Parts: sequence; C-alpha cells; structure tokens
Amino acid sequence: MTGAIATRAAEVPDIVIDVQGLTKSFGGRPVVKNLSMQVHRGLIYGFLGPNGSGKTTTLRMLCGLLTPGSGHGTCLGYDILTQSAEIKRHVGYMTQRFSLYADLSVRENLEFVARVYNLDDPHAAADSAIRRLGLENRASQLAGELSGGWKQRLALGACILPGPELLLLDEPTAGVDPKARRDFWDEIHTLAHQGMTVLVSTHYMDEAERCHEIAYIAYGELLAQGTVDEVIAHAHLATYIVTGPDLAELAERLKAMDGVDMVAPFGTALHVSGRDRARLDAATKDLREQGPQVWSPGEATLEDVFIDLMSRTKDNFA
Amino acid sequence: MSAGAGTDRSAVDRRTRGFRAALTRIYAAFIKELLQLRRDRITFATMIFIPLTQLLLFGYAINTDPKHLPTAVLIQDESSFSRSFVAAMQVSEYFDIRTRATSEEDLDHLILSGRVQFGVQIPAHFGRDLIRGERPAILVVADASDPVAAGGAVAALQGLTTIVFSRDLIGPVASRAPQELPFELRIHRRYNPAGETRLNIVPGLMGTILTLTMLIFTALSVTREVERGTMESLLSMPIRPVEIMLGKIAPYLVVGGLQAGLILGAAKLLFGVPVVGSLGLLVVLTLLFILANLSVGYTFSTIAKSQLQAMQMSFFFFLPNILLSGFMFPFRGMPDWAQAVGEILPLTHYLRIVRGIMLKGATFVDLQVDVLALGLFTLAAMGLAVARFRQTLD
Repeated sequence: MTGAIATRAAEVPDIVIDVQGLTKSFGGRPVVKNLSMQVHRGLIYGFLGPNGSGKTTTLRMLCGLLTPGSGHGTCLGYDILTQSAEIKRHVGYMTQRFSLYADLSVRENLEFVARVYNLDDPHAAADSAIRRLGLENRASQLAGELSGGWKQRLALGACILPGPELLLLDEPTAGVDPKARRDFWDEIHTLAHQGMTVLVSTHYMDEAERCHEIAYIAYGELLAQGTVDEVIAHAHLATYIVTGPDLAELAERLKAMDGVDMVAPFGTALHVSGRDRARLDAATKDLREQGPQVWSPGEATLEDVFIDLMSRTKDNFA
Repeated sequence: MSAGAGTDRSAVDRRTRGFRAALTRIYAAFIKELLQLRRDRITFATMIFIPLTQLLLFGYAINTDPKHLPTAVLIQDESSFSRSFVAAMQVSEYFDIRTRATSEEDLDHLILSGRVQFGVQIPAHFGRDLIRGERPAILVVADASDPVAAGGAVAALQGLTTIVFSRDLIGPVASRAPQELPFELRIHRRYNPAGETRLNIVPGLMGTILTLTMLIFTALSVTREVERGTMESLLSMPIRPVEIMLGKIAPYLVVGGLQAGLILGAAKLLFGVPVVGSLGLLVVLTLLFILANLSVGYTFSTIAKSQLQAMQMSFFFFLPNILLSGFMFPFRGMPDWAQAVGEILPLTHYLRIVRGIMLKGATFVDLQVDVLALGLFTLAAMGLAVARFRQTLD
C-alpha cells in the first residue's frame, strides 16, 4: 500500500488528469492530435465535440484501454503509459454502449464488479448500490431487460461501486429521456461535491452548461478549454440577433458576405456572427439600417462558438 | 536485522494478500460464467444431449466388423455341395442371402447397383467336378469399395471352406476331404476377444465428444465478450488476463467432468464396456484432457475476430483430431508424417489413456508419457492464450 502511494507524483494530486501531446492514429488516420489537458480534482469537466471528433479515443487512452501513439502524462498521478493497472483500480469508466452483462441480473452484475475490485463484502456492496440506485424492485431482473434510463443508472452505479476517484463517462445520456437526464446530472453533481472528479463527454449544449469546465474537441484537436464564460469570451465572436420577416432569404444573402462567419437560425431569430466586429459591422451596415428586419446586438451562445470553431478547423483542413 | 525480517514478512504478507485477491477475481469470473451458462438454455441442453445422442448414435451405429451383409447367390449346380455351402454361409452370420440371381449378368448388376455386397457363384457341375478331383472354383465377388466392411466376411468365408464339405465328403469321396493342416493356428484377440467394435469405439467416442464440446464452449467465450461489447468494460476493470482465462475455463471443467461421468455411465450400462483399470486415475486424466481442450478453445478465442471465426478454427482443429488420432483409422497404419502430426493432438494421447485404462487396466506408470504430453500441451496452449490476449482495444 505504502509502495503504491510512493510511486505517485504527490500524495493527493490537485490535478487529476495531466496529459501532454497525446496522439493516436488508426490505420494511418490520425484520430487524436497533440492533445494536452489538465483536469482539477472535484470538477465536472465536460468534453464536447461532434461525432468522430476523438472524444471516445481520448477517454480510452486516459483509462488504459488504448495506448497513445505518442505523448505522455498522468492520471491520478499514475503514468498513463506504464501504470494502467493502477489507473484501472481507481478509475470508473462508463462506456458509450451498455457493456454490463445483459444475461446477468442487476444484482449479479454488481456483485461481479464488487468481486473484481476485491471489495470485502460483495453482497453488501451490491445491496447498498441497489438501494442507492433505487433498483430494489428490479434487483433480480436481467440487466438486458431494463429500459434505457435504468440501464444507464445501473451502468453508473456499477462504475461508482468500487469508489473510484475519477469517473470517465462516455456520452452517458445519449438516448435517455429528459427526466432521467436531469436525475443523472443531479447525481453527478452530488458525486463531484463529495470529491469525485468527473470527465464527461457529450454533444448536448445544455449539458455543457452544467459542467464546471469544458473542453471542445473537433477533428482530433482540442480547440478551446475553460469555463463556459471563458470559452465564449475567448472566441471574440461579435453577434447580432435578427428578428422579423423573410429570415430565410436574409440568411442566404448573409452567408455569401465577407466578414459574416456564421449564420444560424434560433427559433424565430437569426444569429449572425463574425470574428472581426469591424468587418461584420461594415458588411451588414446597409441591411441593419434598411430593415425590414430588426437587428439587435447580442451575446454569442456556446453553440455559436462551437459551430464557429468547427467551421474554422474545417477551413484549415480544406 | 529485525527491520530486514519485518520487510520480508510484509513482502510475504503482500504476496499472500495479492494471491487471495487474484483468487477472488478468478472466482468473480467463474461465478459470472456459470450464471451466464445457466441462463443460456440451449447451450445447457446441448451439454447434456450432445454427449448422450452422439454416444448412442455412434456407439450403436459404428461397427467395423459388420455381419448380415446382403448377399446374392447364383447356383448353377443343384448338388448337396451347393446347398451345404450356402447353408454354411448363412450360419456364419456374415452373409444374409437375399437373392438368387438368375444369370451372371444379373449377379453383376446386383453388385453394381449396391443391392448386395457379395455375390457367390457356384458353377455348373461343381459337385461332379469336386468328386472327380478337378478342384472346381467357387467365385466370390465382394464389393470392396468399403474394404473394412468386407474384410471380416471374406476372412470368415476362407475359414469356412476348410470345413464346409466334411459331412458331404464321406465314403468313396472321403479322399476329397481337405487335408488337415499340419499345425493349428491359434489366434488370441486380446482385450476384446469377441472383436466387438463398441469396446474400441465407446472409449474413443468419449474422447471425441469431449474434444468437440469443450473446444466450442471456450472458443466462443472471449469473442462473445468482444461482439457483445462487454469486453470494453471488462478490460477497464482491474482483472488480469490469466485471471479471466482461469475464471472462464473453470466452469467448463465442471461441465466436462459431468459429461464424462454421463458417458462413462452410459458406456457401462448401455454398452457393457468395463473399466478394467482404476476409475480414479481415469477421472483425473480425463479432467486433464478436458483442460487441454478448453485451453485450445480459449486460445482460438483470443485469436479469432468473431464467433464465426472461432467456430471455423475449432473445426479446423477438430478434423485432424478425428482422422489422425487413431479414433477412426488405426494409428499404426498411418504414414510417419501423419503419425507425427497425430502425436501433437491431445486426443491421440487421451485415446491411449482411456483405452488403456478401460480395456487393458493400464496404470499411471504405463501411461506417463501420454500424461506428460497432455500436460505440456495444456501449458503451451494456456501460455499462448495469455500472451495473445489483447489487454487493450488497440
């Protein structure tokens, strides 16, 4: 036990994840490129990005399921290249696809996890997890027969059963109804409050706003990180909110204009943004003055920022 | 000094704790597999029914010394000699005279069409020529496209010729009786004096049935986890490859033991195959053989990319086990290279063990070479499996 602690960077590292230059390719195609990130203890860290952006690959590299092509770093103070056995003992990883045993009951699944992690009393550990999850009535039901929301609760329950210090959740709320999603996030916040660090990947914007800090990844590259406000401020995106008639035609005209970087409809309004306020103002001057639409200066939303970030990266690749 | 002793003890303690923790994890995988096995009704049913049906089917069906073979006779000589000869053939039980052919063409046709396996032609004037001492010939046409099937009958026919006419060749024609051989040829068919095929086949079947079922059970075990997506979860937990392997193999060792018991019981009750040697030794060595096959299956499972591939690999391994182990064809009849291949296969060694113990009463000392071969084979397969096991999703 003492030996295990001695090998760590610090007794209780404040930075739970600290990686530099992680790169991973599959069949010559880079999936994650030169990714560096730091995650502090007790935070909920949102990992955002479109499908296929490298979120899952990054999570798998962090918990030892994939070996990075290059780069180095630590997870809970353990080296991600050489100490994956230790990392597995202290990290709970919830896979994107339900990966508990469908042909085992809820209780049997939990007892299996408890035994694999060498908990003293697997039966009691499973019992308390079942109570905590509110699964008393379903304890003997087969896991494969549970509904999506319950499967997700069970998967989270199995992850936190051994008391990990870090949770890696890969799109945990995909395909789950809004009520179950809210309950799930309440649970995550309770866990973080108790000192657990949570790294959660998602592509829901409302979930991003529930995180303490976020990182945005697209095409394998980390494009922005910080709090939601920091990320928005850092993007320097000047935005107008346009309301009125014929927004669809207006949008088509705006998209072709120089200085307008992003046009996106939001309900009955149109968000028009540009990276350079002077150029955006110059380009839209006539339209703003003539109408018939009403132009009002607005704040860029997180989604505006992400869509803009994505299109910028795409431009770089084109 | 005392500090050094203390460190030693704590090191030993840590090792003991580590070992106990590993056992717990193996137990976790064991219980998990057992529960999954119980849920899978069809697999569970096949475990019981595959051995029983195969044993009953093949135990009764395979007979390398068949009797009552369909025979046609063409009798062109109505003498007492012809009648005696046909009667003697009937009595030997090898021949079942179904048809009397009317002509040589008819006889040829009966054999060619496969309606009979033997055609016997007793030519015209056979009785007269015999008495005259002209050594007339009886033509026996055997369909030897299955040489094994014909072998016993042909041998019986040759034996029959020396005695068949002893009752007819009396009085003036007694001098035509065949001379007695100057010596007696006495043949002992040891361990199976009646030459009963089932005594050879049933213990062999035990080996082949166990090979097939054990291979398939573990061949699917790792690929199934990969295909169902549970491998990702399993790999993210602190359980080592060797622990997963032992936990996955152990339940099937129990299942294989039960199957072996079932087959042994049926062998005794239904087929009357005795266990001449030690039953305890047979059980222990059968478990070793089961372990060897489970290890091979598990190794395939770590190499195959899908359950289908794992099945194909199992059958690829199963075929030489059937053909080159001495189960189907006599081991010593095979060319050297085939025997060399056979020596690698676990079934070859197990057949020697099981036939040795059940029929000959062999002891451990008699079988130690085969036991050693099985043990080495198992260790090699397990080592390969652990080395091949992909610990990451790379």
